[in-house]
Amino acid sequence: MQFRGPGALDISLNVNGQDVTVHVPPHRSLLDTVRESLGLTGTKKVCNEGDCGACTVIVDGRPVYSCLTLAIACEGRTVETIEGLSRDGKLHVVQQAFIDHDAYQCGFCTPGQVMSVVALLRANPAAREDDVRRAVAGNLCRCGAYNNIVAAGVAAAKKS
Amino acid sequence: MPGLRVLVSKDEFEGEIYTSTVIVEGNDLPAPKDGADSSEIGRARPRVDGRSRVSGTARYTQDVILPGMLHALILRSPYPRARVRAIDTKKAEALPGVRGILHRFNVPEIEFRSEKTIFREEVRFVGDDVAAVVADDEDIARVALGLIAVDYEILPHVVDLEEAIRDKAPKLTPEGNVFDAGSYKRGDARKGFKDAVVTVEATYRTSTQMHNALETHGAVASWDGDRLTVWESTQGIFEVRNMIKNALKMDPAKVHVICEYMGGGFGAKLGTYKYSLYASLFSMRLGRPVRCILSRREENLAAGNRSATLQHLRLGGKDGRIVALEHESWSNSGQGRWAANPTGPTNTLYDIANIASTAHRVMTNAGALSAFRAPGYVEGTFALESAVDELAAAMNVDPLTLRRRHARSAIDPRTGNRYTLKRLMDCYAIGAKEIGWSKRKAAGMRGSAPHRRRGLGMATQICGGGGGPPAYADVHFETDGTAVLRVGVQDIGTGTRTAVAQICADEIGLTLDQVTVRIGDTDAPYGPGSGGSVTLASIGPAVRLAANEARAKLLAAAGGVLEVRADELRLERGVVVSKGARTPLREILSKLSSSTIVGTGLRHPNPTGLAIKTFGAHFAQVEVDVRTGEIFVEKIVAVHDIGRIVNPLTAASQVQGGVMQALGFALTEERIVDRGLGRVMNANLEWYEIPTAMDAPEIVVRFVDTPDRKANNLGAKGLGEPPIIPTAAAVANAVANATGARVRHAPMTRARVLEALAIAGAMA
Repeated sequence: MQFRGPGALDISLNVNGQDVTVHVPPHRSLLDTVRESLGLTGTKKVCNEGDCGACTVIVDGRPVYSCLTLAIACEGRTVETIEGLSRDGKLHVVQQAFIDHDAYQCGFCTPGQVMSVVALLRANPAAREDDVRRAVAGNLCRCGAYNNIVAAGVAAAKKS
Repeated sequence: MPGLRVLVSKDEFEGEIYTSTVIVEGNDLPAPKDGADSSEIGRARPRVDGRSRVSGTARYTQDVILPGMLHALILRSPYPRARVRAIDTKKAEALPGVRGILHRFNVPEIEFRSEKTIFREEVRFVGDDVAAVVADDEDIARVALGLIAVDYEILPHVVDLEEAIRDKAPKLTPEGNVFDAGSYKRGDARKGFKDAVVTVEATYRTSTQMHNALETHGAVASWDGDRLTVWESTQGIFEVRNMIKNALKMDPAKVHVICEYMGGGFGAKLGTYKYSLYASLFSMRLGRPVRCILSRREENLAAGNRSATLQHLRLGGKDGRIVALEHESWSNSGQGRWAANPTGPTNTLYDIANIASTAHRVMTNAGALSAFRAPGYVEGTFALESAVDELAAAMNVDPLTLRRRHARSAIDPRTGNRYTLKRLMDCYAIGAKEIGWSKRKAAGMRGSAPHRRRGLGMATQICGGGGGPPAYADVHFETDGTAVLRVGVQDIGTGTRTAVAQICADEIGLTLDQVTVRIGDTDAPYGPGSGGSVTLASIGPAVRLAANEARAKLLAAAGGVLEVRADELRLERGVVVSKGARTPLREILSKLSSSTIVGTGLRHPNPTGLAIKTFGAHFAQVEVDVRTGEIFVEKIVAVHDIGRIVNPLTAASQVQGGVMQALGFALTEERIVDRGLGRVMNANLEWYEIPTAMDAPEIVVRFVDTPDRKANNLGAKGLGEPPIIPTAAAVANAVANATGARVRHAPMTRARVLEALAIAGAMA
């Protein structure tokens, strides 16, 4: 077992297809790292204790709460944030579905909701309504856009 | 200036009528006729800012990260009531990276929110501000908070509403804890009850609901030596500016407030709070940008709430009608200086001859209330509409029939003024059909299992939503033929940006993507705060006037360029159309070098002698598990009469959201405060249960969609608050229909349902 810290240290990881090295203390969360060190502020901080899902990102293909994930635990891993979804200016099918179905109001939970649905559709391209509802069950939306979020997820599943 | 006049305008905000003196210029436009065709208004359009919201590029206050930015955190009282005798900051100051500390012994004299200081000598709730620390980063600031030693003299406290009312409770002011919050009389209630053949009387309770907007309150302030720029998550950029300039005694032009995107407010972000003052004071002192953003826990202690209420209602009935109504309420305002009066719906909703109502504000050692989406109306409607159903059952009248008998009047019973438009009977008809009301049985229905009962219930809402002046808009054209619309408002998630773009595009004759909207910046002329369901009805008519003027000027210019009379031209989807010729707008503007066409518009006053209200009805179908007390809401039908619908897609979203927040209020959301410690025990999103995707029932949204032509030139009214108002009562009435059990406390938790079932069983 390798011990590192307690001071700030270099951590290398792949974020949205790019290899990056950040210099952060071992207690720094992945959420604060992508937001403050990398300037990727699309991922939102809401509860910072794993209750709301707003900070959901995809690590090695699986959706995780980035507020409960330490940056140091992501050494050598692949991290995808909301900023990494579109390709050549074209939105991901899930993002477009959110727009078409008005699957948000204030939009603060939206990046987390989108990442949860994207991760679901990669694992289960034939996802149905119940699957989508369960996939976003850990993503709170205080504006109450849930039914539109589920509709967007179902529509995206049909298109992808 | 020709055509300029000074008028008095009367506008409603949260159930109260306010009079203001406003300037008006020029003439208003006539409202569109029923069924008038429109290229944009009334069309379901995805949001114009959708791309930035789904891409993570929308910049919220939390996302403002400036070079050299410092971080401020707040030390909060661990006691519900205590005197701050001394504060020792030596150790905290010695910590490397700490740049400043503010507390009651060193803060400059600042008047804020009707108090003489921002740090009280007597802290009055767990979470009250004791000190603020600014440091190089959040970690350092947090350590510094722990190094501040405060000497508290602990004082007796009371946090519970019903405890605070009692004589033996600690008195929080020399006058006690209970204050008058308004009363109202119509007819003679005492005589009405004498005439009544049937009387029902009951006590209802609602618990404290927390807003929990996903973006917490917060601000980033940056002083450049001359001007203070504040990015704040707010529902009112101009209210923030005014409160900061008043508190810090600055010129308005020296305070610049920006809120491009904000992550929800629901009433709690009308105006600014102390965190903005700390960020501003530190930034002005240190010359560096300062961020001060609340944590989730702080949000649940010190950033507002919907008051818990205790309400007594008495209704008298005769010949299948309501002949008398009494309503007395007590609201736990915590340390707030006002009460969200629950008797508003009682006083205004139904045509009932004899009414008496009284409201009381109760002070406790809890965080101050703030407006929460239809403040008072949600709490009051739960009680009133439950009681109306109880009377209907006692008189053996269908509850919808009873309401119809009192809902026909076209006159506002409180003022005697005629409504500009009232289509409540249509709401009832549409909702009853959609939910299948004719299948309803007085004794409920069998559910999907032997231990499950099914029932239908409904309730009515009345709310303001007329908006009013002052509100301004301006429009100018870019040389490529696109228009830029500037409005001094903010989009709190309701779709304001999209709605004003539609109004502008429609009036000028452009496509939606040819209009760019600039909002969320106090460098624009004034716009109202987004509260009280006023935004669209205030700003929409001004946008229409600005766009109308811009179009007229543009066509005149086009006539000059094309050498055609302007009245032979019209604008369609960005193309100037004349007899036999179509010229894209950009071709015309490219011939005018950088000459700029600007149209301006303002909001004209509301009509005098008329009442502007929104109406609606929600219908609920529920199943109740009589073994566990669990309520399963299967379907909500929400029908609203809010005048003309500008965007059916975003309007339906607002209704869906209102229903979901109301289901939280109805079923699960409840602040729990330990009476002995005075602490909020569920100041987080784990134990304070807001609804999740798994809790969302089928929600059917319908609008009457008739322009309210007398209200304003758009024919539109507000929709922010109406859909949260009637859901809880509709669910309670459905539960009573299903089981015979009347749950008189929201949230209707399983324990409360089981208790009500036991009482109903014992009585049967």
